[in-house]
Amino acid sequence: MKKIEAIIKPFKLDDLKEAMTALGVQGMTITEVKGFGRQKGHKEIYRGSEYLVDFVPKVKVEIVVEGDMADKVVEAIMESARTGKIGDGKIFVLSLDAVCRIRTGETGKDAI
Amino acid sequence: MNKSFVSKITLPIISAMIALPGIALAGDGAADATGAAAMYIVNNTWMLVATFLVFIMHLGFATLEAGLTRSKNTVNILFKNTAIISIGLLTYAAIGFNLMYPGDFSIGRFFGFSGFGIGVSPEKMMVAGDNGVGIYTYWTDFIFQAMFAATAATIVSGAVAERIKLHSFLIFTIIYVALIYPWVGSWKWGAGWLDAKGFYDFAGSTLVHSVGGWAALAGVLLLGPRHGKYIGNSIKPILGHNMPLATIGVFLLWLGWYGFNGGSVLSADPAAVSFVFVTTSLAAAAGVIGAMILSWILQKKPDLSMALNGALAGLVGITAGADVVSVMSSIIIGLIAGLLVVISVMGIDRIKIDDPVGAISVHLICGIWGTLAVGIFSTDHSFGVQLLGVIAYGVTCFVSALLIFFALKATLGIRVDEEEERAGLDVGEHGMVAYADFETKSV
Repeated sequence: MKKIEAIIKPFKLDDLKEAMTALGVQGMTITEVKGFGRQKGHKEIYRGSEYLVDFVPKVKVEIVVEGDMADKVVEAIMESARTGKIGDGKIFVLSLDAVCRIRTGETGKDAI
Repeated sequence: MNKSFVSKITLPIISAMIALPGIALAGDGAADATGAAAMYIVNNTWMLVATFLVFIMHLGFATLEAGLTRSKNTVNILFKNTAIISIGLLTYAAIGFNLMYPGDFSIGRFFGFSGFGIGVSPEKMMVAGDNGVGIYTYWTDFIFQAMFAATAATIVSGAVAERIKLHSFLIFTIIYVALIYPWVGSWKWGAGWLDAKGFYDFAGSTLVHSVGGWAALAGVLLLGPRHGKYIGNSIKPILGHNMPLATIGVFLLWLGWYGFNGGSVLSADPAAVSFVFVTTSLAAAAGVIGAMILSWILQKKPDLSMALNGALAGLVGITAGADVVSVMSSIIIGLIAGLLVVISVMGIDRIKIDDPVGAISVHLICGIWGTLAVGIFSTDHSFGVQLLGVIAYGVTCFVSALLIFFALKATLGIRVDEEEERAGLDVGEHGMVAYADFETKSV
C-alpha cells in the first residue's frame, strides 16, 4: 500500500479530483496549507507598499491506494494538476504499514 | 453651517411657495403667513433628515475603520466608535453647543460661553432667517450640530487604531470634543474672529475634518507606529482584514455626506440644497477617479483601499466650498483631492508615520486643500484669509491635542504593552473576540 501526498495549486483541485474518480480512486483527504519552495513566495501591493507573501496558499491532497495503482495515480496527478508555470507543487509517495477502517475493523487493502 | 448665510437663500423659495395657488394666494397677508408656516415645516423636516444622515456617518466610520485593520482589533474599534458618538452627543448638550454658538463673546471674538445645558422658552423655539421665516427649531439646530461634534474624535480613532489604550483614548475624546472642537468652531460658525475676517468653511473641511486630522497627527506622533510596520528601512504593510466592510463604510459616509453638506445650507432652499448635492457628488466621483488613476500608475495595480480613500478625499475637499464653487471647479477640487490622498498615504508611510486607515491623508491633507480651494475657485473669497484660517486651526488644534495626549502619556500611558498589541486589543481591552465562530488568520 502507498500513501500519495500531493501539494498542488488550489484551483487545480477539481481537475485532480475528476482524474482520480476516473481512475477509480475511492477517497481522498484534502487540507488547505501554506508553504514555499524554490519560488520563494510572491509579491503583492497594499496601500502603496510591496510586501512578500512568504507562504503561498496550496492544497495538500492525501490518497491511499494499493501498491500497483501508485504509479498511475502519480501520473494522473501530474497531468491534471500541471499548469507548466512556477509553483505547480510536488508529489510525495510513501510506503504504508497499516490501514484500518474504524467502523468495521477491516484492515489492509480491504480498508482502503 | 454659517448662520448668516441663511437669510439670502431662503428668500427665493418663500416667494416661490407663496406664488403657488392652493398653498397661498399672492398678496394676501394671511396667506403669506400660511406660506411661511409651510416653509418652516419643510425647512425643519429637511434639517432633521440631514441630521439622521449625519448620524449614519458614524456607522460608516466604524465599518471603514474595522475593515482596514486586523480582525483581532475589531471589537476595540467598534467599541470606540460606539462610545465616541455617545460622548459627543452628551458633551455637546452639556457644554459644546453653548461654547460653539455663544451668541455673545466674552474675550474679543475669541472665546464665549453662554452656560451649561440646553433648553429654550416656547417663544424662542423657532429660529428664523432675516426675513422672519422659520428655518428650524432650536432643538433641530442643536441636534444637527451635535451629530457633527463627535466626528473630530472619530477621525482620530482611525489613525491611532490597533495600539492605543481604550481609557486614555476615551479621556482624550471627552476633552477634545467637549472643549476644543466647539471652542475653535466658534471662531467661524459662532460668528467669531475668523468669520469677521471673511474666512469661509461651508460645512467643515477645516472646522470638522482638519480639526480631527491635526489631533490624529498629534496622537500618531506620540504613539509611534504599530509593531512590525517598519523594520529597518522597509515598510511591511499590515493588511486590513475586510475590504467589503471598508467599502460599506465608505458608501455609508458618502450617503451621510448629503446630510453633512446638504444640511449645512441650514434650510430646504431647493436651489441651494440641490446644487450642493451636485457639487458633493461630482467631487466624490472625481476623487475616486483621481485616486484610481494615480494608484494604478504608481503601483501598477488599481488599489481598492486607495479608491475608497479617494471618494472620501473628494468629499472632504468639497466640504468647505460646496455652495460657492462652480460645477467644473467641484470636479477639479475632487480630482486633485483624489491625487493628493494617494501621494499623502504613500508619503506619510515613507516617513514612518503609521496611519492604518489614511485618516491624516483624507481629513487633514484634503481638509486643508478644500479650505484653500475656496480661495482659489471662488472669486468672493480671499486665498490669504483661507490660509490664515488653516494656520490658526492648525496651530491651535495640533498643540491642544499634543498637550492632551502628552499629559495622558505621562500619567495613564497611551499605548498598550507589546504583548497585548500582538495578541490584539479585543482580548486585551475587552476580553472578547469579534468573530467567535469563525476561523481567523493564525499565520
